[in-house]
Amino acid sequence: MIRSLPCSRLYITGFRLYITLFYIFLIMPLVTICILAFNDSHYIALPWQGFSLDWFFADTNERLGLFKDTNLLLSIWTSFKTGFFVALFSTVVGTMAALLFEEENFRFKGLLYFLALAPLVIPGVVLGISILLSSTNAGLYLEDTFGVDVEFLRPSFWLVVIGQFSFGATYVMLLVSARLKKFDRTLEEAALSLRATRLQVIYLITLPFLRPAIIGAFIVAFLISFSNFNTTIFLVGSDPTLPVDLYSRIKFSSTPVLNAVSFMIVAFITLAASISFFLHRKSE
Amino acid sequence: MKKSNSTFYLLITPVLLWLLALIVIPHLDMLFRSFRFETDDGSWVFSLNNYLAFFEDKIYWLTFVQTALYSIGVTILAFVVTFPVAFFLTKVVGKRYSSFMTLLLLIPIWIGELVTVYGWMILLRDNGVINSFLLKIGVINSPIEMLFTNFSMTIGLLYISMLFMIVPMMSALESMDDSLIEAASDLGASKWTIFRQIVIPYTTPGIVSGGIIVFMLVIGDYVAPNILGGKSSLWFTEQIYNKFLASFNWSEGAAFGFLLLLLSSCIVWVALKLSGQKLDKVGS
Repeated sequence: MIRSLPCSRLYITGFRLYITLFYIFLIMPLVTICILAFNDSHYIALPWQGFSLDWFFADTNERLGLFKDTNLLLSIWTSFKTGFFVALFSTVVGTMAALLFEEENFRFKGLLYFLALAPLVIPGVVLGISILLSSTNAGLYLEDTFGVDVEFLRPSFWLVVIGQFSFGATYVMLLVSARLKKFDRTLEEAALSLRATRLQVIYLITLPFLRPAIIGAFIVAFLISFSNFNTTIFLVGSDPTLPVDLYSRIKFSSTPVLNAVSFMIVAFITLAASISFFLHRKSE
Repeated sequence: MKKSNSTFYLLITPVLLWLLALIVIPHLDMLFRSFRFETDDGSWVFSLNNYLAFFEDKIYWLTFVQTALYSIGVTILAFVVTFPVAFFLTKVVGKRYSSFMTLLLLIPIWIGELVTVYGWMILLRDNGVINSFLLKIGVINSPIEMLFTNFSMTIGLLYISMLFMIVPMMSALESMDDSLIEAASDLGASKWTIFRQIVIPYTTPGIVSGGIIVFMLVIGDYVAPNILGGKSSLWFTEQIYNKFLASFNWSEGAAFGFLLLLLSSCIVWVALKLSGQKLDKVGS
């Protein structure tokens, strides 16, 4: 049953077989994409026609590779920009929220905390349409009363950032709070009794302690933003992010360049995960 | 510890701004909009027409019910599929392999659903990898139709959501003392008894929080039903999407969005009540 208990052969073999099948199920789609990215064919699936790097570098009428496809490169760039700003804003506000809910006491704290957790149980689609509705209303109101046209209230790059930030901050808050719970409060009290101001304590003592969690939360917020589709689709303007671009290509014009982009994403994530794994193991 | 007021206001202002401007007001706006109806002469009146449209047209509420039942089904399926894996990684396999195998579980999460759903599309096509393989070894004579069915949609939904269930279950299992199982085994309990009376009750918090995350991801998903599902696999988010981006009937879309929010909140609330847990446990 467990490591320390003896078990029948059949049980162990059956269990291992199931786990193997599960991992095959898990990596099958990823491995398939990675192999087919190098297929010398006009179609996204089989048959295998030989090895080729065309879908990365070709620039002919028939084949437009990933690194020559300016629209695709532009949407990748948009996704990086979006991810950066979402991660930045989420990290700042999420960390503030963690400090607020862990260290301060005030009226309606429970209600506010509930609201801060709400994005976990609001479907992304609902978050997207509600922000679209209210920003459109606000934009119309400003235009009617003051005659000003506020661009970021219409579907645009900044509205996507705002929409993704609305739930990104929740994840940052949870990650930073988890670390803050392990913080030794006597350190803060010692600093305060030595006449440090509250802001100095946060800046010199609390934030350095939280640094690993804050960096981790920044990366998590970036990745959440980078792969988000459900909220983004309602807020996106003329410059699509990578998931929005991929979606319309899958639906309407799939060429093997999709395999090439997917391969790059899979390779990048796997590499990043391996690096963090080995760094983590070294530090132990 | 003495708190200074200025720090408190510095922390609460951005947090309040975030929660009011991006969570509270947009959802009130959505609720308000769902009761507004544009008459033939172009003026807006209060009305229940948007909700009546939902009940009058069979396709809408059938989709609604189907989405709810399917989401619960996929959540249960995710538990059945992943529980043995979580148990294996925490209790059976050695520490050295377990950290590597856990890392493998995280990779598909960060790659994002668009790429993985696309991977399944390639695998399940008529000329896809699985059909080509089966044809080659002679198990079948003509391709099995797998893509654009409820089967492919279920696979996609399961794949994108199940890994979010393993992580909370693993942390619950990790804190469980092995000697509990050893003691029960010494006293002659069968595997099934140990599983039902010790392991499951102990893991319940992890199962509930993982289940809620999976359920929310599935019910709010658009990509997997839209790309992998067929004509009969209608998903309620697709109806919302059509109302907003195809027929531009935002009022009905708002009503549908509110219904989806109501449905998911009710089911999550029931799950929390039945298991006696709090929402903030789900986040951590």
